[in-house]
Amino acid sequence: MEILLAVMVGILYGTGIYMMLRRSMVKLIIGIILLGNGANLLIFLLGRITKGAPPIIPGDAKVFVEAFADPVPQALILTAIVISFGLQSFAIVLVKRAHTVVRTDDLDEMNATDEDS
Amino acid sequence: MTQQLILYPLFLQMAISIILMFGWSRIGFQKVFSVFGSILSVGLAVWLFSYIWTNGTQTIQAGNWEAPFGITFVADMLSVTLVLLTAISGLAVSIFSGGSVLKDRLRFGYFPILHFLLLGLNGAFLTGDIFNLYVWFEIIIISSFVLITIGGEKAQLEGAVKYFTLNILASMIFLTAIAVLYGITGSLNMADLAQQVALVENRGLVQITALLFLIGFGIKAGVFPLYFWLPASYHTPPFAVSAIFGGLLTKVGVYALIRVFTLIFVNDPFLNNIILIIAILTLISGGIGALVQNNMRKVFSYLIICHIGYMIAGIGMFTEMAIAGAVFYLVHDIIVKTNLFMVSGVVYRIKGTNSIRDLGGIYANWPRVSLLLFIPLFSLVGIPPLSGFWPKINLIKAGFAGGSYITVGAIIFASFITLVIIAKLWAEVFWKEGKELPLRSNFGYFSKMTTAKRLQFIVPVTFLSIVSLYIGFGAEHIQELSARIADELVNSQGYIDAVLKPKN
Repeated sequence: MEILLAVMVGILYGTGIYMMLRRSMVKLIIGIILLGNGANLLIFLLGRITKGAPPIIPGDAKVFVEAFADPVPQALILTAIVISFGLQSFAIVLVKRAHTVVRTDDLDEMNATDEDS
Repeated sequence: MTQQLILYPLFLQMAISIILMFGWSRIGFQKVFSVFGSILSVGLAVWLFSYIWTNGTQTIQAGNWEAPFGITFVADMLSVTLVLLTAISGLAVSIFSGGSVLKDRLRFGYFPILHFLLLGLNGAFLTGDIFNLYVWFEIIIISSFVLITIGGEKAQLEGAVKYFTLNILASMIFLTAIAVLYGITGSLNMADLAQQVALVENRGLVQITALLFLIGFGIKAGVFPLYFWLPASYHTPPFAVSAIFGGLLTKVGVYALIRVFTLIFVNDPFLNNIILIIAILTLISGGIGALVQNNMRKVFSYLIICHIGYMIAGIGMFTEMAIAGAVFYLVHDIIVKTNLFMVSGVVYRIKGTNSIRDLGGIYANWPRVSLLLFIPLFSLVGIPPLSGFWPKINLIKAGFAGGSYITVGAIIFASFITLVIIAKLWAEVFWKEGKELPLRSNFGYFSKMTTAKRLQFIVPVTFLSIVSLYIGFGAEHIQELSARIADELVNSQGYIDAVLKPKN
């Protein structure tokens, strides 16, 4: 399972970065989305995949006695998913707006900011 | 009561933004309330600063979860100094925004977002949890995306696409680094991480993680091979937005670098060498980049990059004196860079352009304003009594003490090139005989403004110039402060104890 997930994370990072390096703005957004998913899976993977009890200590005990699942990675991933969702929706609106104003999808033609003025 | 004091700057900024949102379309109310709130936050920051100065590092555990498990907020000297500087720059920019940002922009929530940005900055400076730092970074970049695109001009949107892409990439790399760090240590609390990372046997893995942090924060700070988003975007938004970005956003990256590389990944010769090489290349490439630009704001953008190099060099040398120099430079740089972009805003309002080739004759027509603008420009260079001079002494001394002569050479080269650039700027913009530029209709020229409106430009510049002059003439105080901060950073056991062994 770990190996499979590790390969999966690698593929997501690789394709994400490849897509970000393309010149099309739509592909840029797809790249950002893939990269975000890769990062989330990586947190999940590095939090150790343990099959264990839910991390709740019974009322009469002080410490865990059996293997338990780490709750922190899930909290981290949840936060990261929400944040990346917000950023991605902003990215889509921004690219849509940039496309209507600049009239191009090609990042290489977006060079008004490099002009000497 | 006193423990919660750490969180007050956050609550205050949040309250200001929420109240401002209720007055969404009432611009007059927003302008006044934003300035009022910023004055309050300066007061609060001064209070917090003096409290920490007398009582030492304070911590608060969110929800009373004990240190390594819950989220910790830590106020040490470095944090509160930066909170104070944020409040000061925030106040100046808030006044400046009222005069310089167009009504169409103010009507779409400019002020609430500005205060959310300040909230994010304060949070990033005060948190003691690495994942929480990521969340504050996201708050900062989301607010900055809105500020950079608000108005929606062509150049703005193009700059925003570049700014946006690289900042998201930086966040993803930062998140990856956090994931790997959590995987090897099982902790997120920075003080706890400092102890855990030292125990990890696989040093190669630790170095890789450190490099991921270096790249993530490096993109945000704008260091050598990663800075190209900065000059492509900082000259596009309104001047007030450029000012707050130029003053504070890259400095959050520097703050994060200082925090992570003095607390968690401490004094690794391999990493220090890499940081030093990056610093030298940043100093040289930023300076040379600034030489050939024609747009005033682009010159300042490249100078931001160039001067980030000083602070990174301080981290790379990693002696107490070098870090004191880096911190001193940070203090000076936040104030002076915020001010410089406002200066370019004033120049823009006087002549209607920012192109150095077309500008000129400002000194002849506006001698008093020019003399005011002289202060931030030459503070940046660091002509001796002004503020840019003192931190470099520390850095150069530390360089000689550590035997890194190339660093010393790069620092001197960068100072010299800054001098050339500012002298050229002064000669071209202020002294050169002015061209007759075609008058633009519908443009609020400085000469046509009422006195009240002019004051909104002049007061913030004067305010920050006075702070700059204080840093220059009261250098002894700032030196004492940065020496104390450097001591706290190098001997990080105090920070760790304050977090993990609370007194009560």
